[in-house]
Amino acid sequence: MKLRTSAVVLAGAALAVALSGCGKEGTPSAGGSGGAASDACTSSGVKFTPASASIPGSPTYDKIKSAGTVKVGVKADQPNLGYKDASGKRCGFDIEIAQMVAAGLGIDPSKIQYSEIPSANRESAIKGGQIDYYVGTYSITDKRKNDVAFAGPYFVAGQDLLVRKDETAITGKDTIKGKKVCSATGSTPIQRVRDEGLTEPANIVEFKTYSECVSQLLDKKVDTVTTDDAILKGFAAQNPSAMKVVGKPFSIEKYGIGLPHDDKALRRAVNAILLKSFSDGTWRKIYDGTLGKSGSSAQPPKLEQY
Amino acid sequence: MSEFVSVLTDNADLFVQFFRTTIELFLIGGVGALILGTVLGALRVSPVPAMRAFGTLYVNTVRNTPLTLVLVFFGFAAPKLGIPLDYFPAACIGLILYTAAFVCESVRSGINTVSAGQAEAARAIGMPFGQVFGEVVLPQALRASVPPLVSVLIALLKNTTVATAVNVQQAGSLPDYLSERGANQLFTNIWIAIIFVLLVAPLALLQRSAERHAAVAA
Repeated sequence: MKLRTSAVVLAGAALAVALSGCGKEGTPSAGGSGGAASDACTSSGVKFTPASASIPGSPTYDKIKSAGTVKVGVKADQPNLGYKDASGKRCGFDIEIAQMVAAGLGIDPSKIQYSEIPSANRESAIKGGQIDYYVGTYSITDKRKNDVAFAGPYFVAGQDLLVRKDETAITGKDTIKGKKVCSATGSTPIQRVRDEGLTEPANIVEFKTYSECVSQLLDKKVDTVTTDDAILKGFAAQNPSAMKVVGKPFSIEKYGIGLPHDDKALRRAVNAILLKSFSDGTWRKIYDGTLGKSGSSAQPPKLEQY
Repeated sequence: MSEFVSVLTDNADLFVQFFRTTIELFLIGGVGALILGTVLGALRVSPVPAMRAFGTLYVNTVRNTPLTLVLVFFGFAAPKLGIPLDYFPAACIGLILYTAAFVCESVRSGINTVSAGQAEAARAIGMPFGQVFGEVVLPQALRASVPPLVSVLIALLKNTTVATAVNVQQAGSLPDYLSERGANQLFTNIWIAIIFVLLVAPLALLQRSAERHAAVAA
């Protein structure tokens, strides 16, 4: 009896190991099956030195100044955009924009306290004062303007398609009929694909995260991944030899920096920081060192001050 | 309050569509798990050592594996191993195999309430194992199994939400969808909870009537 029990336990353990090994298989390739360790963070190399700032009439700024630190909401799962690598280092286009703004407000980027705020909780985090500002693929919409204020846009994204490098059949949104299309569960891009009937409902694949979609794309289980081109470029930049962005955006998403609703002075100050980076080439350097590695170019957007 | 109601009314299409999938997963998973679980329960008390060992191995392996892992195995790993499985069948198989382990243990606990004398008497009059199990032990065992079985089924109903991990969109995907539509997250989740409570209610009633039906005069 004793022998049998231990044999069962051993066999069970072996099977469990096999099971968990299989379950994990999908994840590492999401980073980049190109072999190179593209998971580790690399920054664009732009140095942000704190400016001497003074923003009269901004309660948020007063709080930042007296604390000597700034609380910034970001994302952590978007390579080259808003990302945290295995060693805990953060990098990406949005992260560097956040660092640039912090420096413009007189705070050394090393003093930033990051919090990862999921999309659904952004408004409440800003309203509740959990964060001073938010930089993370935050589209400016009229509905959101009721709850928060936006500086920017600092980037104009649009829904696009990520495909394997050798893909020739998919060239734009009207060529994905009959193709398996993947995106994050319930995301606006996939709701758009469904509502506009761009592909059949049975060909729509949804996972919790984009990296699962990218892994399925590389495994040829899906044919394309769709969402904002900024996010797609970040994945393509991780593995430019295996994936490319089609480059025919079919929506407009203006990314802004989310700020407390009534802090007009702070909004003006952040807009000035962005404007300066557009004209002095800082924006371009940040872009080229992050999303630009995907091979797609971009121009600084026009600010919308309101 | 009106916002609370409008979260449901404005998104009624999604609520209906996704809860329908939840119920489909529950019905398929429930029926499959009850059948497989009863068979496994029979294996665990069978006179053949190899069958008993298999039953024990199955229950202890599957019951101790997280459900997400089971579903992800059938959703992602099985196709890689050359078993072509679409996502919905994969989710059903995962739920059936996982829940069957718990059904098996509920059935076995019921079997243990039937006194050994019953089986011995049945064997004494020459019944083979199939008959001893199916006509003497199981009917008495199921009576004692009803409460734990209903608990297992209720757990299954809620476990269906894990299927979001393998591209099966059901009630568990509603928060993702509604947050993108700008609906209040708290209200969304309260509505989902209310509907789950409503779905569980018939199961509780079923339990009560099954218990009454199977009751024996003490």
